[in-house]
Amino acid sequence: MKYVDEFRDGALAKIIAANIARAADPRRQYHFMEFCGGHTHAISRYGVTDLLPDNVHMIHGPGCPVCVLPIGRIENAIQLAQTPDVILCTYGDMLRVPASHGMSLLKTKAAGADIRMVYSSLDALRIAGENPHKEVVFLAIGFETTTPPTAVAILQAQALGLANFSVFCNHVLTPSAISHILQSPEIRTLGRIRLDGFIGPAHVSTIIGSQPYEYFSEEFQKPVVIAGFEPLDVMQAILMLIQQINARRAEVENEFTRAVSRHGNRKAQQLVAQVFELRRTFEWRGLGWVPYSALQIKTTFADFDAEKRFKIAPLAIPDNKACECGAILRGVKHPRDCKIFGTACTPDNPIGSCMVSSEGACAAYYRYGRFTESRSTTTQQ
Amino acid sequence: MCLAIPARVEQINGDDAIVNLSGIRREISLALVENVEPGDYVIVHVGYALEKIDPAEAARTLALFAELSAQDSAGEPSP
Ligand code: SF4
Repeated sequence: MKYVDEFRDGALAKIIAANIARAADPRRQYHFMEFCGGHTHAISRYGVTDLLPDNVHMIHGPGCPVCVLPIGRIENAIQLAQTPDVILCTYGDMLRVPASHGMSLLKTKAAGADIRMVYSSLDALRIAGENPHKEVVFLAIGFETTTPPTAVAILQAQALGLANFSVFCNHVLTPSAISHILQSPEIRTLGRIRLDGFIGPAHVSTIIGSQPYEYFSEEFQKPVVIAGFEPLDVMQAILMLIQQINARRAEVENEFTRAVSRHGNRKAQQLVAQVFELRRTFEWRGLGWVPYSALQIKTTFADFDAEKRFKIAPLAIPDNKACECGAILRGVKHPRDCKIFGTACTPDNPIGSCMVSSEGACAAYYRYGRFTESRSTTTQQ
Repeated sequence: MCLAIPARVEQINGDDAIVNLSGIRREISLALVENVEPGDYVIVHVGYALEKIDPAEAARTLALFAELSAQDSAGEPSP
């Protein structure tokens, strides 16, 4: 596949690995966070860490939209789906996220609620058109990549006069989550995690551009390299981060120039600005309440806001006690630190949200990472 | 769910397009992008094209991967 296969080429991977080995100073340790779940997935799937020197460490960040949605919001969605005459539409990954009492949207659906998995926000619009006597609610989640599609759906619903369509908005923002991590006590005061730099998101950056990260390089003196989602992109970004650290630079660099510009996709940004505004605060699973980290629907589009239409009240529900997702999302712990990883908690029966989506740290480690040690011994033989 | 894939645009009809995702044809929306033409590659995510792929930049990045860097860490290259 064009623009995919070339960026997975084994021979090129060896060259970049050699460049990384040469650049990494053996006298120091490098700790980089890949913010985005897509990178976590690529790193695990292609065994990128196996190609890195021992002193280059990758820390998984909170950039998996399914993983950061707090249980209270899922419980809200479950209650919404149980409301008579409501059809709840959502992206597939949301269905299996565990809520309280072992419930999930999937189990709610099995119990009779009308919950439909959609591929695109426009599918939800179509369902609203086909079911004029039902209330169709789109459970919208995700970072800056899924927000413009939700904006398009709301604008189209308005243009079509679809009075039975609304959106339960849970869209969150990448830059505020990164600042939150950098200001967390684990990093700022306790020094429990070291973070020397970030791999910036691929597709989020196609929309917002590279400019929003300039703040981190200036304010926190941390280099950021935006990288594409293929394994070679990630490796090249790691090399660029090492080179910056060695040269004591803290800049925003862009490895993903084939799709990311400094200003991003202006058309998409305008659509988002038309429909959404900042929320004063929003709860993230793992990070807690983060100021100005999410979006809500503007009052001019209140008719399409499910939170207003169904008077959805905030619910605070704690995570399962055994689950370490919170610490994992902040980079403080690793999936293997969780006592029930791979035993009580598996992708088929997830206890925490990090085990649900293939971009979640626990799911990625379960599928690709946990045999790494045995694999590297076999290749040596 | 953030996984998004490059796809080749085959047909365009207003804001709708048919793309080819490694042999599979799929209808997507072009509502978020401008100046897309058949033959262009776009990054597809949840049914929308997020951005066009710039072929010249892609070639430049690939060329960069192939370059053996001359930079040493502290003089002695690690084994
Ligand atoms: S293995 Fe399961 S329970 Fe443990 S931290 Fe990961 S998602 Fe949570």
